[in-house]
Amino acid sequence: MRDFTSYHLSACLALFCGLFIGPQTAFAADEIDFNRDIRPILSAKCFQCHGPDARSREADLRLDTREGLLGADGNAGVVTPHKLDQSELFRRLTSTEDYERMPPVDSDLELTESEIANLKTWIENGAHWAGHWAYIPPAMPEIPEVESEDTSLADIDRFVVRTLAENELELSPEADPITLARRLSFDLTGLPPREDMVAPFLANPSADEYEKLVDRLMASPHFGERLAMYWLDLVRYGDTIGYHSDNAQHISPYRDYVIDAFNDNKPFDEFTREQLAGDLLESPTTEQIVATGYNRLNKKTEEGGAQPEEYLVKHAADRVRTTAGAWLGITMGCAECHDHKYDPFTTRDFYSMAAFFADIQEVGHYRAQNHPPYIELGIDEELVKEKLRLEDELSALKNPDSSDKSLSDEERAGQVKEVESRLAEVTGELEKQSQNSRKSMITVSVPPREVRVLPRGNWLDKTGEVVQPALPESLVETQPAEERLNRLDLANWLVSEENPLTARVFMNRMWKLFYGHGLSRRLDDVGSQGEWPTHPELLDYLALDFQNHGWDVKRAIRNLVLTRTYRQTSFASPELLKRDPENKLLARQSRWRLDAEIIRDNALATSGLLVETIGGESVKPYQPAGYWQHLNFPTRSWEHDKNENQYRRGLYVFWQRTFLHPSLLAFDAPSREECTAERPISNTPKAALTLLNDPSYVEAARYFAVRSLQDETSLSAAERIEQLWTDALTRSPSSTEREVLLELQKSQHDYYQQHPDEAAELLTVGMKPVSEELDPVAVASWTAVTRAIMNLHEFITRN
Amino acid sequence: MTSHSNSIENQLLRRTFLKRSTLSVGTVALSSLLAPALLDPSRAAANNTTSLGLEPALGSTPHFPARVKRVIFLSMSGGPSQFETFDSKPKLDEMHGKPMPASVTSGQPIAQLQGQELYCQKSLYKFNRYGESGQQISELFPHIGGVADDICIIKSMHTDQINHDPANTVMNTGTSISGRPSMGSWLLYGLGSESADLPGFVVLTSKGGRNPQPIATRQWHSGFLPGRYQGVEFYSTGDPVHFVRNPAGVSRNNQRQLVDAIGQLNKLEQQQRFDPEIETRINQYEMAFRMQASVPELMDITDEPQHVLDMYGTEGADGSFAYNCLLARRLAERGVRFIQLYHRGWDHHNDLTTFMPICAELTDKPTAALIQDLKQRDMLKDTLIVWTGEFGRTPMAQSNKGNSAGRDHHMRSFSLFMCGGGIRGGQTYGATDDLGYHAVENPVHVNDLHATMLHQLGIDHKKLTYFYQGRKFRLTDVAGEVLHDVLV
Repeated sequence: MRDFTSYHLSACLALFCGLFIGPQTAFAADEIDFNRDIRPILSAKCFQCHGPDARSREADLRLDTREGLLGADGNAGVVTPHKLDQSELFRRLTSTEDYERMPPVDSDLELTESEIANLKTWIENGAHWAGHWAYIPPAMPEIPEVESEDTSLADIDRFVVRTLAENELELSPEADPITLARRLSFDLTGLPPREDMVAPFLANPSADEYEKLVDRLMASPHFGERLAMYWLDLVRYGDTIGYHSDNAQHISPYRDYVIDAFNDNKPFDEFTREQLAGDLLESPTTEQIVATGYNRLNKKTEEGGAQPEEYLVKHAADRVRTTAGAWLGITMGCAECHDHKYDPFTTRDFYSMAAFFADIQEVGHYRAQNHPPYIELGIDEELVKEKLRLEDELSALKNPDSSDKSLSDEERAGQVKEVESRLAEVTGELEKQSQNSRKSMITVSVPPREVRVLPRGNWLDKTGEVVQPALPESLVETQPAEERLNRLDLANWLVSEENPLTARVFMNRMWKLFYGHGLSRRLDDVGSQGEWPTHPELLDYLALDFQNHGWDVKRAIRNLVLTRTYRQTSFASPELLKRDPENKLLARQSRWRLDAEIIRDNALATSGLLVETIGGESVKPYQPAGYWQHLNFPTRSWEHDKNENQYRRGLYVFWQRTFLHPSLLAFDAPSREECTAERPISNTPKAALTLLNDPSYVEAARYFAVRSLQDETSLSAAERIEQLWTDALTRSPSSTEREVLLELQKSQHDYYQQHPDEAAELLTVGMKPVSEELDPVAVASWTAVTRAIMNLHEFITRN
Repeated sequence: MTSHSNSIENQLLRRTFLKRSTLSVGTVALSSLLAPALLDPSRAAANNTTSLGLEPALGSTPHFPARVKRVIFLSMSGGPSQFETFDSKPKLDEMHGKPMPASVTSGQPIAQLQGQELYCQKSLYKFNRYGESGQQISELFPHIGGVADDICIIKSMHTDQINHDPANTVMNTGTSISGRPSMGSWLLYGLGSESADLPGFVVLTSKGGRNPQPIATRQWHSGFLPGRYQGVEFYSTGDPVHFVRNPAGVSRNNQRQLVDAIGQLNKLEQQQRFDPEIETRINQYEMAFRMQASVPELMDITDEPQHVLDMYGTEGADGSFAYNCLLARRLAERGVRFIQLYHRGWDHHNDLTTFMPICAELTDKPTAALIQDLKQRDMLKDTLIVWTGEFGRTPMAQSNKGNSAGRDHHMRSFSLFMCGGGIRGGQTYGATDDLGYHAVENPVHVNDLHATMLHQLGIDHKKLTYFYQGRKFRLTDVAGEVLHDVLV
């Protein structure tokens, strides 16, 4: 990609050629692949009654195993390879008699003609069976040989191009450099392009400069913030306890730990071990202890009348759902009440996983808005040591047996007084430090509680068997040790080579961050109800490459954005849209509305208001009065920050789980009560009202206008529009676009000239004062222009 | 601007990446040249049609003829006592002060009474018979008594959770696990909304009585359903909806010009990108702008005659349940699909004889007024009204604070009433045991209530599903039976 232009040209021509190919199925109709074509049918239509759940299994028949389908140990199966007429499965699926046709008439399930045709072909071709793709270890594929004159193709591209070629498609042209600069900036830092960052690339959009831009962005401390936003969704990070009173909890240092981990490029296996079991590592550092806050992110209650035992059960289930969801991408939560209906996980697996967390010091019912244990940060360790020493000294002085006999009573009294006075000083200082310290909930290991299988998830039912910590039976040959396993064993297994899921799940989600969708589309479920990956070999390649290179997150992400596939335009012709509406073939980039926090960050950064401090206690931007009126025990009101914290990034906004800030909610930020792998993206009037009228956005727009009026005093209206537009969107406006805004500015200016009081009023929104030297009428009318720009679809879209 | 040549012109205009400072770029994205050649004018034209309200997500609904168009859900938050509202228990009166038999309570979940002696608590109020049907209702609710022949009382409700927070979650989403869509969101998802300038799912709150229990946005959240199905909280004092007011110093006309400019600029982008999201964005801004007028118009009740205000017992925007009931009727008239009113004050652990009359005073008359008002306007026949707490209260006494007795949380039995289109009025359905502890005759779970509610709206609760985390989810989870016996 030395020269963008030439690639555009050749690729454009190719796309034109592509247009003459008639419509066809999205994927080449190879032979039947069991996992791609057959298992999803069986899973969706049969497993409910003939699957992993033994209790609801009908006719003692299971279709989720090879034995069940094809028979074993002398038992005939329901499928006989190559022989349709001897395959009971096929006969029952196609029977014309209601009483024997499957699925049963009253099940609301039905097989489509194409599904039956696929099953037919599969049986006729020999009924080849394979384990579910996600549960078998990834295998390193050959890098596909593709015919392409494009020397810039990365290994990743070769997988994509091969699939495209099979479908007689090609990669779309590269996006223009401006779009690429914006795309990279949003994707890697969650911020709009900063001039000094992107200028060298825009001046010389070569492959080399592109790579340098990527490296600059990944070296920025905002990279860690961007990645943390996603991780915090997965682990359900919140600043409050989630149930009932929903009081604040001490946890923000954990959030900072996550940011630092991504910035420092902490290997993902270490990252995993530290969060789940930092306290069990040898001589853990403070950082590793803070990391164990992960285990304390479950919702907690302080509600009067809560039954502690019931909530301990809720905590346990919450942790299993989250750990299974965040690392394994499986829906283990289903097995709380019954064996999983679709995947090979039993209730015993569920409670055995819960048992890993049974040693966490906690209570089921918290009181007095305190959620111990937590660590206090910023305490002077020397002072702590001195306090201990002084206490020893004092007790020695006061003990006639052990103290220095040579001292006279007077001398002794004098020394006691001296030590007592210093001790009081030190104690006072430590108390002060403790009060001012940042605190963070942590994991402390205590003798484990007994964990039983709870029939139907009912915590009052004590008839279930007692279980020990154990890895899911279907995913391991044997448990890793004879003695009781602990959280470190769990963490080690999650990131072990034997684990087929973690690396795939992580890379699948990273793919989504940079391409808009997972390679397997269901980010929260790679089980049998999930989706067959669009590029299974590529996913395996990414997973193994990640694993084999020391779980190096930055390296993996760098490789994802240094591809020709990533650099494609997100424009799609109507033909391509029709051909592949969901972009499963990756013949173009995706575009999406920015995430809630990034929408805020973008407005603040564009205006110049953004305060770029990394980490710290959570912050409180303006929020409508009364929004917290439904909180109680105690009642409280939101006091917005009156200092620079007002202008911090979205990820630092105080995450009140039951009443998340309405401007974040309006753009689909999750409450973080449960593990969230993918946010929905809505497009609602609420979102429009937020961008139009939320004082944070109005103030940002006004500040944006003020800055321009202050810095560039001699611009014509057209020039100012040019400047504002370019600052916000990194491109010049078209003349039509400029005309629209000129007209807006003019009519607003006329209005405010007639109504100077209203202009003055607009200047009062938000905390930032406006210099008295500026004409309020000019500020107000230009604020209309900046509000318009900052409400544009383009402004909140990653293209 | 949809004509071919104009579009090309626009594209060419856009390609001029002139820029001050270092952002100037000499290269042009040829991809944009392609776009005009591929433009399909018929598609662009088709996209220009703007539909009113919110389209349902499912083409197949309703599954059968709907009896009602909308639901007004009166959430009596905190959990009103069934023994002082609808469930008269002579046996409990008899046993008053005596220990509750261990056979009834052993192995049962207990909330604040954990570890305490359990004594029977008689009803603190007299029950009267009302209407031709002679339904038994406590003397505290004479106005609801006045509509006794319109309502169906269910005395055999039960739920899964004994604490407010998770019980509220069950009542609203059918399960105690967070993150699932609320019932109003499911309705919008299935049926859409008929209102073009108001949200389809509106929540209003009031308080009064004992210390109000917290509620949470998850109770009207869309969960894993698309965000457009989320409930919108209206405030009867202050700004009626967040950010519905223009910023200070911005007039309606200023805002109109702004929204017009945004719309024009977005249209220019839409002409090049073929992205339906842009069209949607334009429509959402129009809807937002309309809401900025329609919400204040809705909240402004100066056009209501005095006798109507008197009937509800409200003076105006006072944040009361009475005012909210009046707003509920106005929302119903404007095509809003799901209207939910919370009254927070029913958690009567103690001093029940103080707090219960307060709650009754605040809610009895307006509730009856809402029913009568809708009836007079011939709207009750296509409205379903549900009055319920998130759970009930114990037949045992609790007076851990204050002087007079109260009752603890109870999940094994509670009472509610339904009213409106297709509901058999003047009927009592289900019953608890002699001491009111367990729902024994025709027990009704929250999932059954939801199934019945959906049924009245023409929805088969088993067919209103959304695929998430590997399975089809529904409001009624894996349970729910339609209560055909309470239907006409």
